Amino acid sequence: MSRPTLLSGWGRTAPTAAHVVRPRTLEQAAEALAQAGPRGALARGLGRSYGDAAQAAGGLVLDCTELTGPPRLDTERQEVTAPAGTSLERIIAHLLRRGYFVPVTPGTGHVTLGGAIAADVHGKNHHADSSIGAHVRALTLLTPAGEVHRLGPDGGDTELFWATVGGMGLTGVVTEATIGVHPVETAYARVDTDRTRDLDSTLELMARTDHAYRYTVCWVDLLARGGSLGRSVLTRAHHARRADLPAPQRRDPLRHRPGAPLAAPPWAPPRLLNRWTVGAFNTAYYNAAPLRRRGQAQPVSGFFHPLDAVQGWNRVYGRHGFVQYQFVVPFGEEDVLRAVAEGLAGAGAPSFLAVLKRMGEPTPGPLSFPRPGWTLALDLPADLPGLARLLNGFDERVLSAGGRLYLAKDSRARPETVHAMYPGLSAWRATRARVDPGGVLVSDLARRLELV
Amino acid sequence: MRDSLGSVRTVLLLGGRSEIGLAVAERLVREGAREVVLAARGGVGDPPSVFEALGAATHSLEFDAEAADTHAATVAAAVELVGDLDVVVDAFGVLGEQSEYEADPLSAARAAAVNYTGHVSVGLSVAARLREQGHGALVVLSSVAGVRVRRANFVYGSAKAGLDGFAQGLADSLHGSGARVLVVRPGYVATQMSRHVDPAPFPATPGQVADVVSRGLRGSATTVWAPRVLQPVFAGMRMMPRTLWRRLGR
Repeated sequence: MSRPTLLSGWGRTAPTAAHVVRPRTLEQAAEALAQAGPRGALARGLGRSYGDAAQAAGGLVLDCTELTGPPRLDTERQEVTAPAGTSLERIIAHLLRRGYFVPVTPGTGHVTLGGAIAADVHGKNHHADSSIGAHVRALTLLTPAGEVHRLGPDGGDTELFWATVGGMGLTGVVTEATIGVHPVETAYARVDTDRTRDLDSTLELMARTDHAYRYTVCWVDLLARGGSLGRSVLTRAHHARRADLPAPQRRDPLRHRPGAPLAAPPWAPPRLLNRWTVGAFNTAYYNAAPLRRRGQAQPVSGFFHPLDAVQGWNRVYGRHGFVQYQFVVPFGEEDVLRAVAEGLAGAGAPSFLAVLKRMGEPTPGPLSFPRPGWTLALDLPADLPGLARLLNGFDERVLSAGGRLYLAKDSRARPETVHAMYPGLSAWRATRARVDPGGVLVSDLARRLELV
Repeated sequence: MRDSLGSVRTVLLLGGRSEIGLAVAERLVREGAREVVLAARGGVGDPPSVFEALGAATHSLEFDAEAADTHAATVAAAVELVGDLDVVVDAFGVLGEQSEYEADPLSAARAAAVNYTGHVSVGLSVAARLREQGHGALVVLSSVAGVRVRRANFVYGSAKAGLDGFAQGLADSLHGSGARVLVVRPGYVATQMSRHVDPAPFPATPGQVADVVSRGLRGSATTVWAPRVLQPVFAGMRMMPRTLWRRLGR
């Protein structure tokens, strides 16, 4: 067998070694899976999970990024089918040219379709359209026994379907999927931007106006001092109609040309991102945003995937890497948001790019993250002193408020905390045991959090 | 598994009664470890109560440093007890009187077997398991006594010199495997084992050694010194002319 390869998540923490194979077809994937040893096997996509969800120490990792092919759009049924290793970026480019768009995209297009389903990803339209699992019409799941299941939400083994949506790759390898799409007139978003002065006014404005927009997201400054804590830049949008575009763009409204990405430097000094540099960035970003702007036409790539413009931006955290912390708490538990904001500010924790969003209807997936309520996501350098204790304290607040952490982001929670946050875990385990009785499918995340 | 902030789940302590080893294990438990295996000759029937108080389960394991033929089985038994070995602390050793060693070559050879060859057989067994796991850390308690061997304790010092070299080579052999070795070089540490030795300059407590180990495991260090000042001190010591070095009283 080949030499092991070190794999880590997007946060570049806790790498472990695994044997990597790159299947191009379902048959090759089945062949590889059959050869898994005692350390198990796991599918991996583009490695955008922040923590250890897509690594399997000592095991066999099926890198599915070559499991690709041209997306197949069915305009009559308004759905697209693609091999699971196809990136959302590629699917979006294919669809936009033909006047369609994906139902859900996370903050990066650099995720595979299979990975997006395994994490049941959400986007800026969660409050309106739920997560990607709600739009999956069919998927093909390969299990360690070599069985190929055709699954969907409307019939057959729906239990296995929902165990797979949000199942973090632990029920099998998704090899192909069909998702619903919707028509768009342009490749632009019509964006309204508002700046708020503190956390309370941010929450109030979002609660009052969210329902009027398909897409909303809020960038929060969690380093601003005193009365300005939680000041925000709120952007809300719809797909732009042709008539919304300025004359020059109106001639070619579906033109979609995301610029070639800039590359982040290969190395950054440790502690480059600290409370001072991040504080200065946050202040500059906040002040550069308009107080109130209406109807700005923005290309979808810039609106949905701003960070995709910088290749390898995760390297700016230096060699110690970073952790992302994302939780959701039900509406009415806004005090948890305040406590987290104050806890971070009090610790001087440089949280860059904190993102606040309201979530809507969940999917039935037992391990799927989204629940109706407020979700906050933030990045922190992994070498910040006292970080473990700070985040453990937040976990307790989130748990007692009836909230939960996002498995695709987690890299440090304790097993008992996560078990209490996901009451569907035991039912999910039973479903998984049915298709993987030998326990072949495993990840570092699953081992660390004792999911399997 | 080690998490992104350096917490681990399991600790195997080879030398389950070593004060330094126990201090390191306690530190790892305070940082989140939940299972501790204490391996020593005859097992460890009365584990320190601190582990249970902190919510970690302890397990006792028979381990004889001199019985090299049992070491692979000892490592396998630890895996059987707790699963993946996240951190293995290799802390066993004996420290006798140099004058007695000189008078009794057989006892000197036996001490050298514990302090050096015992680590070779168990270290290679641990390394094989960590390589198979694709992750994990082996913490090897070396000593400044092995950095430059002194007239006053060359039986112990030479074994530590061998151990230190072995651990460095093992670390290099594990490069790229997901597993790693952390070599720890403490100076004088006041413990039961060193009771009969006069304190040396720059002493450390077992807790201070644990601090240094914890910090080393969080980062990407390959060698750490306890206290840290010993690194420049010994850089100087290595330069000292032999004629002077030989005359050092201790």
